[in-house]
Amino acid sequence: MSILIDQKTRVIVQGFTGDKASFHAKEMIEYGTNVVGGVTPGKGGKTHLERPVFNTVREAVEATGAQASLAFVPPPYAADALMEAADAGLELVCIITDGIPSQDMMRVKRYLRRYPKEKRTTIVGPNCAGIISAGKAMLGIMPSNIYMPGNVGIVSRSGTLGYEAAAQMKALGIGVTTSVGIGGDPINGSSFLDHMARFEEDPDTRAVVMIGEIGGPQEAEASAWIKENMSKPVVGYVAGMTAPKGRRMGHAGAIISAAGDTAAEKAEIMASFGLFVAPSAAELGATVARALASVS
Amino acid sequence: MDIHEYQAKSLLSGFGVVVPPGGVAYSPDQAVYVATELGGSHWAVKAQIHSGGRGKAGGVKLCRTYHDVQEAAQAMLGARLVTNQTGPEGKVVHRLYVERATAFERELYLGFVLDRKAERIRVIASAEGGMEIEEIAHSKPESILQIEVEPAVGLQPFQARQLAFGLGLNLKQVSQAVAIILGCYRAFRDLDATMVEINPLVVTKDDQVIALDAKMSFDDNALFRRPQVSEMRDPAEEDPREAQAAEHGLNYVGLNGDIGCIINGAGLAMATMDTIKYCGGEPANFLDVGGGASPERVGAAFRLVLSDRNVKCILVNIFAGINRCDWVAQGVVQAAQGLGVPLVVRLAGTNVAEGQKIIRECGLPIITADSLMEACEKAVALARGARLA
Repeated sequence: MSILIDQKTRVIVQGFTGDKASFHAKEMIEYGTNVVGGVTPGKGGKTHLERPVFNTVREAVEATGAQASLAFVPPPYAADALMEAADAGLELVCIITDGIPSQDMMRVKRYLRRYPKEKRTTIVGPNCAGIISAGKAMLGIMPSNIYMPGNVGIVSRSGTLGYEAAAQMKALGIGVTTSVGIGGDPINGSSFLDHMARFEEDPDTRAVVMIGEIGGPQEAEASAWIKENMSKPVVGYVAGMTAPKGRRMGHAGAIISAAGDTAAEKAEIMASFGLFVAPSAAELGATVARALASVS
Repeated sequence: MDIHEYQAKSLLSGFGVVVPPGGVAYSPDQAVYVATELGGSHWAVKAQIHSGGRGKAGGVKLCRTYHDVQEAAQAMLGARLVTNQTGPEGKVVHRLYVERATAFERELYLGFVLDRKAERIRVIASAEGGMEIEEIAHSKPESILQIEVEPAVGLQPFQARQLAFGLGLNLKQVSQAVAIILGCYRAFRDLDATMVEINPLVVTKDDQVIALDAKMSFDDNALFRRPQVSEMRDPAEEDPREAQAAEHGLNYVGLNGDIGCIINGAGLAMATMDTIKYCGGEPANFLDVGGGASPERVGAAFRLVLSDRNVKCILVNIFAGINRCDWVAQGVVQAAQGLGVPLVVRLAGTNVAEGQKIIRECGLPIITADSLMEACEKAVALARGARLA
């Protein structure tokens, strides 16, 4: 098992015919992802990568039974694309785009709430590397060969730091069920907590790694939930111990602006809720091994 | 992006927020001219730098004569103002704002922020204005009033009234405060702000409600659709290295250590800096080369890192996903010709074998590492003067 996607998930690509989207769609198909088509307004009826192109997401869903989408849409149009995907009834949209205005994401999140929870689209991202269920399907831009199929879930704000964790684990012979990048923006589609709950329910996931950053309340929120609800061990790490206050460290969301935003505070909260806190990013793999040993 | 007080006031007054009359000055003579134009008998000369806490640092001077204005302007222009927010290096004052001084009876606080937890705009008000909000939250937490704005309909007049009455204003003052609260909200929403702060919002003897100070920050991601905001950018307020970095699509933040960092991805960059510290070293900078790191961009990254004289060693850490290691390696080899400091390179991910081959065969004294820990340990040792084969 895995969470969010597997080899059967029918996937479309929004912004399908663009250069970057085409490159990554090809990689996804090679990995075994069931890409059934794509959407580019104005190019409906054409064929791209041997798959049909549609003008609207709604048409694509009707024709292909698509369940999930990977959105490669430029920032000014990204919010629109996300709402279109929600309106068409997709279960999942993963959005890679970096640079979406915060107030646009605020409106998207509000728009989603018009659907009852069980029919609400899950958004992963924006500003993320995507989702990969090791050996099954990939919805993103990551180097797929670093993910060995196995029993540990990964949820990370940062793309490259998520790669680092997967590679360290692979070097120790530890594999991955699913790795989810929730993205580095201040307001993201889904949170650590959303995916933590999915990993708790996934029978094949035996432990989870949560990789956070400075800024925002999500790591603390998820840690409190883990303490109360999670039967599986969770490894935690927060990047940004050396980050100065008030300076944006690359990601729009990575800025220390409120109490509880610093890496030290978050790591302390994680430890207080019983997580296995990795002492440094270089020890993510070793800490996962320690967490797994605690339950075997 | 941040803007100056006078710019925030001009934007906000376009949304119906009442501010004192004032004008910008770049020289003492201009300051006096602005004061004569404004008329009245008292003026405030205010240093325009992107920082709060100017008053306590000597950046706001109340003047009673034109001569006072001249002297205050003379003293402030070109001076380095150190506030509790600028850091010890302070900020040089290049512009002044001269305002007609307002006598007031009460100081209130009004702020608007993007609340990440609620994913909404939050309005914060307090009857204890004049001090920083952190200070109010610490000393008078019970005075803080808060309203969350429902994004589908926006801030409603009843919510603004709740705040205004909650601040203990009388009927005459309430209607003015409501107009200011709603005006700030519309400015926040329509200009893609991330913060609007009126501190203090004052009440005068004759029941006028006026924004005496104003601060605004904006969402960098939304500047593409807010030309009236982006043209307010003041390059003098920016770290020249950070501005130079932005031109090359790089993200750079200067720090105080001696190990220069060139890394892809913000999270990995922060984690690498932390690991350097964990190994006993100090990073000189944060630098994210981003996706699509061409040899040109890597070259620009090297120049930027080396422009910091404290750098004793450079650490390149690339975990390529959307990037390609061979591409990055070419850039590293070009940039490393004649490099005056030791260089540690760790490559992983897409096309790693090709990338490592380029580094190995380039004939330059580049030190390689396979893991994050190994890379950081080597960089720390080199910065301390060790010689590694």
